[in-house]
Formats: sequence, C-alpha cells, structure tokens
Amino acid sequence: MPYGPKVIEHFTRPRNVGEMKGADGVGKASNDTDGDVVVIYIKVVDDRVVDVSFQTFGCAAAIASTSMFTEMVKGKTIEDALKIDKQMVAGAFEEGMPANKVECSIIAPDALKEAVADYRQKRIH
Amino acid sequence: MQRIYFDNSATTRPDPKVLEAMRPYLDQWYGNASSLHVFGRESFNALEEARRRTSKAIGAQVREIIFTSGGTESDNLAIQGTAFTNLAKGNHIITSVIEHHAVLKTCQYLERQGFRVTYLPVNPEGEVEPESLKSAMTKETILVSIMAANNEIGTIQDVRELGGIAHEGGALFHTDAVQSIGKVPLDVQRDNIDLLAISAHKFHGPKGVGALYVRKGISLRPLVYGGGQERGLRSSTENVPGIVGLGKAIEICMAEMDDSVNRMTSIRDRIIQGTLSSVEGCYLNGHKVRRLCNNAHFRFDYVEGEALVLSLDIKGIAASTGSACSSRDSETSHVLKAIGVRNEHARGSLRLSLSRMNSMEEAERYLEAIPEVISRLRAISPVSMLSKPSATGG
Repeated sequence: MPYGPKVIEHFTRPRNVGEMKGADGVGKASNDTDGDVVVIYIKVVDDRVVDVSFQTFGCAAAIASTSMFTEMVKGKTIEDALKIDKQMVAGAFEEGMPANKVECSIIAPDALKEAVADYRQKRIH
Repeated sequence: MQRIYFDNSATTRPDPKVLEAMRPYLDQWYGNASSLHVFGRESFNALEEARRRTSKAIGAQVREIIFTSGGTESDNLAIQGTAFTNLAKGNHIITSVIEHHAVLKTCQYLERQGFRVTYLPVNPEGEVEPESLKSAMTKETILVSIMAANNEIGTIQDVRELGGIAHEGGALFHTDAVQSIGKVPLDVQRDNIDLLAISAHKFHGPKGVGALYVRKGISLRPLVYGGGQERGLRSSTENVPGIVGLGKAIEICMAEMDDSVNRMTSIRDRIIQGTLSSVEGCYLNGHKVRRLCNNAHFRFDYVEGEALVLSLDIKGIAASTGSACSSRDSETSHVLKAIGVRNEHARGSLRLSLSRMNSMEEAERYLEAIPEVISRLRAISPVSMLSKPSATGG
C-alpha cells in the first residue's frame, strides 16, 4: 500500500526537526529489527510540554509519523501526551499510513516516554 | 515536471517500435499459431521469426529457443527441468548466494525434494571465484547455475570460465541473463552455456514474456503440461503478440548494442564520479570495472534508502532502494549481505539503473538534486547518536 498525501506532506516538510539546546528531557527509541532511531527533545513548564523537537533515522513513515507526533504532543500536559499511542498517530494520517508500517515505524511514543523519564530524573537531582 | 526514469533494472519502457510490431498480432492476426488457416499461419510465422531473432542474439540455433512467461519461469524450467531429468545421474546443484530469487527459491524448493545445493560465496565485489566453483564440483553435480550479471549491484560474472569448469566436471551450465541482454555480449557456444534465461521487459519489450535457450540434446521435464507447444516443454497457446515484441526488442537491442553500451557507460560513470565527489560518506557497491554499463549502486551514511528513493521521486527522479524497506517481514538484501555490507549500512542504499533511453542531461539533473536530498535527510537524522560507519564496504 502506498503512502497517503498526509504522510508525504509530513515527510517532505517535517515539523519540529532538530536537536534542542537546553532541553529538559531527551529520549531515544530504536527498532531492533530495522534499525530505525527516533530522538525526542522536550521543554516542560508546569508539567506541560511547551516545546518539542525530534531527529529520526528511518523510512518515510518513521519521519512523517514522528513529525505528526510532535504536533500532537505540543502544548499537552505530560499526562495527556503520554496517552498518545501508535494507533492514534497512524489515525491522524487519515488512512494514509500503511498498516505494516505502524508497529515498526511509529516509535516516537516510546521516545517520548524516555524523554519524560529523563526529565523526571533530572528534576530529582 | 519532466520525469527521469532510472529504474531500468526493475523494468524498462517498451520501445514504440516494439509496440508497433506487436499491434497487428493483437488486432489483425489474432489466430492461434497451431491453426491451419491463414490466421494461424500468420501467427506461426511471426512466432518463428521471433525465435530466429532471439536465437541470433545469443549465437544459438533457432530450435534451441523456448518461449515462456518471463525470466522467473525460464529459470524455474531450466533448474527444475534439469534436476528432475538427471536424478539418475546425481542430485547435486551448485549456485551462488547472490542469485535472483527465481533461482534461489527454486533451489530451496529442490532441497526440500531431496536435492543437495551448494550456494557459492562471492568476493566483496560480488564475483564468484572460479576456484570456489572448482572445489565445490562433485561426481554428483548435475547443474551449475550462476547469473551472468547481478540485478542489484551489477557485477558481471565470468560465465565463460565458470561454464567451462561446470563442463569439465560433467555438469550442465545455466545462466540467468535477465539483466545482461543488450548490455553484455553473450554467445552460448563461446561462453559454455547450456541453458540461458531472458525476460523481454528488461530490454524494452513487453511484460509477461521471456525465453529459455536449451542446448540441443538436453532433455528437460516440463513445468506445464497440455497441448505440447514449444516442443512439449511449455504447453499453452503461445503469447504471439508478446513473443513478437520480445523478438523485435531483442533485434533492436543487438543492432544498437555498441552505441547504447558506450552511451550508458559514460552516463553511468558520470553518475558514479559525480555522486562520490559531491556527497561525503558515500560508497560504491559492486565491482569498479566488471559491472553492468547501466548500474550505479551506492551506500550513504546516516540515510535510509526508502526515504531517499521517496525524496528523489518527489523531485521527479525514479530510482530504487538497494535494500528492503522498513517493515516487519522484510529482510536486508541477500546480495548486500553476501558482499559483506552490515545490516545497518545496507539500509542506506540506492540503485540507479539506466537504459539506452536515458541522457547525460538527466544524469546532470540527478547530480544537482542528490547533494540537497542527502543533506536534508541527514539534517533530520540523529547523526551523533548512530553508530559510526566504517569507511569501506561494510
């Protein structure tokens, strides 16, 4: 199944790309089967993700889905942001995300979990 | 947007002259080649003319050409046909690890049927070493099957020498020449070839038609039984328009071969030199010299192949990733693995494959696009968090 227009659009013009200097939390997730790597950077104010950025090594689905995910996360409380799962990210592409790509390529939610853990860790110390 | 087609190892654009040659056999002379009336006779004559053209292209006799549905069927008929016919003589088959799946999967099937198969390794440039074939030959060896040129990395094998070794050991020699027609001169006599598979759509003919050269005197067990067409080796009413298209396509290919090989070689070399010099962290896979005149195959650090192919597609350049894309059931290319490219590096591969219809201007347009495409993808990539690639092959 080919990619839908929204996947191509996010792949061509990904939002929130790049390393974030002075991030409050950084998280990395990877897919062992294919070697995809997603890194998520977050800035947090009052338990809310006020800014987010990402870097991805992977196929078009991995890049587009991470871009979409950062848009969905931005402005949400940490609690709400952590509720966004693979299926919700795939759903945001209006059936444009091939089913076989969902499990292996949408790993951004896992990277966010790591970023939040990193943020909480830093707060304790 | 003027689109550029650099995926000719996948399939080629049918030549307008081929379509023109096929047309009368679709709408005027639609007879069954076995029929006695004029419709049948016209079809039969066209079939035999195509057979003559095909045989001429590879130095075979007219009667030694069998038409099939394509390269895959030809490989299957050659390998399965030989295996089951020669059971009394032996049960050992030798092939290489970089063959097309049409050969590899057929050999795996035969292993399940009790045959023993040796898969020869290749060197880092993708060549089967003649010495390794020599030492793999046994009294039981009935068939050696080595492709004339590889579809992914473009490495050309020394079929003449490999075929000679097979013959010394009393085995038949089959070659998958699907990527070689019109690019590598082949002569079944000179090159010690007993069975040779070709596919029309790889050289500007139609899809769904191919041929198998079967040296006179070799008997094969057919895959398909029925009306006894193609000397009983391939029953089924002949695909006359397709076969006419194959015949026309191969005739044009041979007539233009010298010119088109020269042109493709210079475009290929410009692409290779231009890509290597304008993009850092880029490596050429395959052999520097013994490679198909239409093949350029690269690996890029920190970039994923599918994203690369899609980025080029958006810029109007159709190419192919040299490795499997990201999905659970896919695996790294067996060819890249065989030449020692590590899994994580195999994903950053790109294959550009040319035809005689490509131009130097198209190569220049690709060269303008590639540095930007690579740097955009690297800007998205978490370069510092990925493992450091090694400088060579792997």
